[in-house]
Amino acid sequence: MKVLKLGSRHKSAVCETQVMVIRATAEPVDLRCGGLPMIEANADAPAGAALDPGFAAGSLIGKRYIDAADKIELLCTKGGKGSLSLGEAAFEVKQAKALPSSD
Amino acid sequence: MILEMAADAYGDRVAVTDGQTSLSYVELRLRALAAAEIIKGNGSRNTALLDVNSTAVPVALFGSALAGTPYAPVNYRLSKDELSDLLNRIAPATLFTTTDAFSGLTAPEGIILTDRNRLLGNNGAERDWPDLSGDGSEIAVHLFTSGTTGKPKVAILRHENLVSYILGTVEFASAEMGDTSLISVPPYHIAGISQVLSAIYAGRRIVFLENFEARAWLDLAAAERATNAFVVPTMLVRIIDELVHGSWDLSALRGISFGGGKMPLAVIERAMKLLPQVDFTNAYGLTETSATICILTPEDHRAAAASDEPHIRQRLGSVGRAIGTVEIEIRDEDGAVLPPGAPGLIHARGAQVAGEYLGVGSTLDADGWFLTRDRGFLDQDGFLFLEGRDDDVIVRGGENISPGEIEDVLLEHPAILDAAIVAVPDEIWGEAIGAAIVTRPGQAVAEDEVLEWVRARLRSSRVPSVVRFRKELPYNEMGKVLRRVIRGEMS
Repeated sequence: MKVLKLGSRHKSAVCETQVMVIRATAEPVDLRCGGLPMIEANADAPAGAALDPGFAAGSLIGKRYIDAADKIELLCTKGGKGSLSLGEAAFEVKQAKALPSSD
Repeated sequence: MILEMAADAYGDRVAVTDGQTSLSYVELRLRALAAAEIIKGNGSRNTALLDVNSTAVPVALFGSALAGTPYAPVNYRLSKDELSDLLNRIAPATLFTTTDAFSGLTAPEGIILTDRNRLLGNNGAERDWPDLSGDGSEIAVHLFTSGTTGKPKVAILRHENLVSYILGTVEFASAEMGDTSLISVPPYHIAGISQVLSAIYAGRRIVFLENFEARAWLDLAAAERATNAFVVPTMLVRIIDELVHGSWDLSALRGISFGGGKMPLAVIERAMKLLPQVDFTNAYGLTETSATICILTPEDHRAAAASDEPHIRQRLGSVGRAIGTVEIEIRDEDGAVLPPGAPGLIHARGAQVAGEYLGVGSTLDADGWFLTRDRGFLDQDGFLFLEGRDDDVIVRGGENISPGEIEDVLLEHPAILDAAIVAVPDEIWGEAIGAAIVTRPGQAVAEDEVLEWVRARLRSSRVPSVVRFRKELPYNEMGKVLRRVIRGEMS
């Protein structure tokens, strides 16, 4: 369990997935990818960590993921084989909407 | 992060071109990594760029971020003394430049020059992506504000500000094949930076125009089949003036955004008629807010242009509504929030709003609000109307007068091409109104007629006490009128 800081980056212990936190709450949460807790962006994966087949739907680069309560939002900065979850509750892809760009 | 994602997802596509050099996203990443090594090898704490637009601009921008140094693109139109002063403030630094851009200058101590060609040369093997485990609070950019009213300040933008802007306005990889951004705003302007970041995150090819000139812009837009472009209002004026003198295939052009100054109603109306297939977007933002915070969308433009209702029609002259991740409030001098319709000081809040200056620190209030020092009002539906800079407000006998309302009235006169209102010293009123007026070629207007024109449409306190006719108004290169120059000549 850890408190997600805005702008912080986390990576999967079992695949290539990396995310950045773009919306979060102050409560500590159990952020996982591929069934295992995600680790700091510059940390080494624990030995013997393996992808849980129940959490292997994959993550896609550039997609925004939200939790069921729509309180936490992650940006996938690198895609991988594991899927993102909060404990055992899967994150969902947030539907892209037309954004008000001027560039 | 932005470039890393782009290179991972669509690395082989062409990212940037300038007519001489083109780079794919993967090539851009390689060169940015090599640039970061140069910066680190020089032991620099800052990275600066003194150059016109070229493919080297994004290399320097991302190279600087990868080296963990703030990036300071410098205005190549500054005087020698101003440049030395700025470079002294950021030493020790690496300065990316060219022999042309640097001619006649001497590098201050601690400034190491690196030629543009070294940024663009092929630096061989793939390098490891450096450890970027920071939390985004590191400084990304040092940028000079335009300083039309006073001495320029150095605005600080952190990575979290810029990333918030990008995530709030662009979907990753949302561009379609063939989408192309034409960038003609200089690299030292906030729009020059925001456009590079947006285009790379969207996967839209960038075409750089070295220096803005209307014919060159049209030639490049046609040849490269540009789909999107950002211009400042004076650029659009010159483009539509040039458009009638030739024939260009602009069938690919879908969107033109503009900002960085007040767009005269007549100009946008003419542009919409001449380029009916183009979506126009008016963007309002400041350097200190990481670019755009308000947008008048293409739909807003069309709805306003087609409407008979005055309050909708007048929205063509507004800068639109706040983007989803930013809030806007109008407050009076004492900080009280004002209702719709009441003019006052524009405040903005949001993660992209930095409001921080070198040597000053953060200017945000306890609740995160930034005082833009622009004046304006919101209408019932949240459309923002600008009235000008607070520093330009004329205080005549205790009454605040915005130059914009008088300028708008003067510009409605058929013989008046351009006008600027400034404060002039007055023994009785403290300040009075000075008008600098440019008439249309071959036309004239008497001073009395000007005064009567204003008196008939506004209150008597708005009538100028000094009128000067000029051949043209002084503008800076970004199309902002230099009121301090006009003021200096009148008083």
